[in-house]
Amino acid sequence: MDMSQYLQIFIEEANEHVQSLNQCLLQIEKDPEDKKVLNEIFRSAHTIKGMAGTMGFTKMTKLTHDMENVLHSIRNDEIKITSDLVDVLFKCLDALENYVNSVVTTAGEGDKEYNNVIVSLNQILENKGTISHSPTSKELNSQTPVENDKYITARLDIDEFEQHAVNKAIDMGINALKITIVLNKGCLLKSARAFILFQTLERYGEIIKSQPLVQDIEDEKFDFEFTVIVVSKEDGKLFSKELNSIAEIEEVIISKMSKYEDEGSVHSEKEKKAEVDFKAGESLEEVTTKQAVPQDTTKQNVARKTQRTVRVDIDRLDVLMNLIGELIITKTRLEGTDITTKPQEYHETLEYLDRITTNLNDSVMKVRMVPVETVFNRFPRMIRDISKDLGKEIELVMSGEETELDRTVIDEIGDPLIHLLRNSCDHGLESIAKRKQLGKSEVGKINLKAYQSGNYVIIEVADDGAGINTEKIRAKAIETGIVSREAAAAMSQQDAIELLFMPSFSTADKVTGLSGRGVGLDVVKTKIEQLGGTVEVETSIGKGSKFMIKLPLTLAIYQALLVNVGTEKYAIPLGSIYQIYNWQAQDVKTVQGQEVILLRNMVVPITRLANSLEVPNSDSKSQKQLKIVIVRKGEKLTGLVVDSVIGQQEIVIKSLGKLLTGIKYLAGATILGDGNVALIIDVNSIT
Amino acid sequence: MADSQIHEFETRQFIVFSLGEERFGIDSLKITTIDRMKTITRVPKTPDYIKGVINLRGDIIPVMDLRAKFNLPLAEETEDTRIIILKLEEISIGVIVDQVIQTIQLGGESIESASSLINSAASDYIFGIGKVDGEIVTLLNFEKIIKL
Repeated sequence: MDMSQYLQIFIEEANEHVQSLNQCLLQIEKDPEDKKVLNEIFRSAHTIKGMAGTMGFTKMTKLTHDMENVLHSIRNDEIKITSDLVDVLFKCLDALENYVNSVVTTAGEGDKEYNNVIVSLNQILENKGTISHSPTSKELNSQTPVENDKYITARLDIDEFEQHAVNKAIDMGINALKITIVLNKGCLLKSARAFILFQTLERYGEIIKSQPLVQDIEDEKFDFEFTVIVVSKEDGKLFSKELNSIAEIEEVIISKMSKYEDEGSVHSEKEKKAEVDFKAGESLEEVTTKQAVPQDTTKQNVARKTQRTVRVDIDRLDVLMNLIGELIITKTRLEGTDITTKPQEYHETLEYLDRITTNLNDSVMKVRMVPVETVFNRFPRMIRDISKDLGKEIELVMSGEETELDRTVIDEIGDPLIHLLRNSCDHGLESIAKRKQLGKSEVGKINLKAYQSGNYVIIEVADDGAGINTEKIRAKAIETGIVSREAAAAMSQQDAIELLFMPSFSTADKVTGLSGRGVGLDVVKTKIEQLGGTVEVETSIGKGSKFMIKLPLTLAIYQALLVNVGTEKYAIPLGSIYQIYNWQAQDVKTVQGQEVILLRNMVVPITRLANSLEVPNSDSKSQKQLKIVIVRKGEKLTGLVVDSVIGQQEIVIKSLGKLLTGIKYLAGATILGDGNVALIIDVNSIT
Repeated sequence: MADSQIHEFETRQFIVFSLGEERFGIDSLKITTIDRMKTITRVPKTPDYIKGVINLRGDIIPVMDLRAKFNLPLAEETEDTRIIILKLEEISIGVIVDQVIQTIQLGGESIESASSLINSAASDYIFGIGKVDGEIVTLLNFEKIIKL
């Protein structure tokens, strides 16, 4: 059966559920006892499983199935929620997200297997000894006996997750013990004996690893010995005493694990084998992806086509329907009204028509509006991960998530915001020790706030960290030769901060995974400016800094100046216009072949639009007086010479279509009142 | 490729238009609408054969001068000049032609493969040669013409 028509629904719903899982996991980490949230998580995971199953995405189904098992055990109070467990669940979400992304681009879930995640999941289950599972290949490998060892199971294969758990335990001052237990050769009910042993162990600690696997032990699939890793507040002596008091035990070997051991020696010669296996697996994956490519290209088109959608509140559609109805009624009324006999009624109808079209315009715009929540959603999770990485305590406070922005803007602001948030975490907030020293609360606060202000939406990223040290910026700028020593000294506070937005400028002393490479703020600025917005910074040493992004509500409609160039009409976005001048032609100077004018002691280069746009029959060359529209091009000014100015008008921006993409100097087209098309000038690219 | 396409269908409708003396055909399923000549806004920095863009009921559509594309001498606009709006996959494009003449039905047996007759680069643009009432109509492959 062809499932492609359901693909879009699947993608949207899967994304929604992954997002809700993300939020719920964050909540449950804070409050592990909250059963309601847990049920929510369970439901979402179950739904994804169901959907993936229906669509035939077996890998996703398997992953969510294993997730569900773990969640089930948590719900039944068999497993306690720990930070590590949440980590694993987050990894699952990342894997699910990757699958969904793969579905978006290729209409298939892809060839990637997240075995390590699945193994981690299963291990969580096994170590708590509840639900049985078929062992994965990794475990099977680790069970191959190594003859020259005294006790086979004493050689443990420890994966990353367990290593992490052991390290964590040691960090927290909890003992991690490796306990090898050997049963009497005459022991009859081995599994029952083992069960008693496990119970004893679990009374005093938590078993994070068992070899052989718990269910194999339960099924008596082991010789006479097994090894477990236990984390416990108690020390080895107590375990030794307790375990030895159980009957039918030959020997108990307890050794304390150190951080060093589990990183290196445990793996020993098995590492080699694992490595070979891994390589084989890798090349296999490569081959399969290569094979998959050609058949994917066709599917890709299908997926792309369905990708760009907006979910619309049905109420908003109703409003649209009503307005359209009114429009039709008004049209009929106009047709029936004779302008010569009933001019009054005719004009009233026209006014009404005007009102309807304005409302219609607003309503259609509203349909395109999406709450910023859709972008903000993923930040709590990101901040959580960053705070773990950096070893800082960070609290993210968000407000105004319901503020709406045009869909096109929403799609673009995610990355800049991530940049700013990371900056705040890394550069802004001090380390815990430093904050203590300064008498600040250990928990660093980041405020993410969105609100509407007139025709703009403002998004603020504020932290209560160290603030921006402008002295440091100046010093760095001089060092890298961006400005001279004198210029730096003469700079205002604000100008110095502006330096931060220069390409490849970074004051970070060390490059971290998060920031410091100097490819941050300039990218943020460029992106926001592309969207027709601005970025501002406020900072106060020791108190924190605030980045403010100001974005237009919508990109689709804006004010523009219409100008004549030759016989053609062009639109220049009003936002970028600085001033309009009449200039004497003889006052235009030439500097190295570039025409310039001297505007209040500023040298401003000018461009004759007729030349740049190859307009035939423009008379601007012979004119004695030039009409110059001065526009802002980033920080600089440029003059555009036009033939005449028509006036200001609200224009609806339209794309030139796929065939004519990427034409220099043009930002799009708009339809004028007479039904003809005028092209919109892209001020930033004009020379 | 062209051969297999020809035998795929039984009978299809084609719109026949003229450029000078020559007659060309377009698969009618690809045509959105046929419009009278209207004001075309020139777009700078585009190839010669792109005359510019028009407003078609609120959509901006690029318009191609087929004479320029086929290196034919340019013609004056007349009462008969038409813009044929095509939708090829996701792309809409207008094509200026001298005159739209008629619609015809062509079956697989009345279309000949172009490669046997014309041996030049232009044969790429041609999907086949149709014969109607003793006249020859060149059937165009517009996907190739706008290089999809």
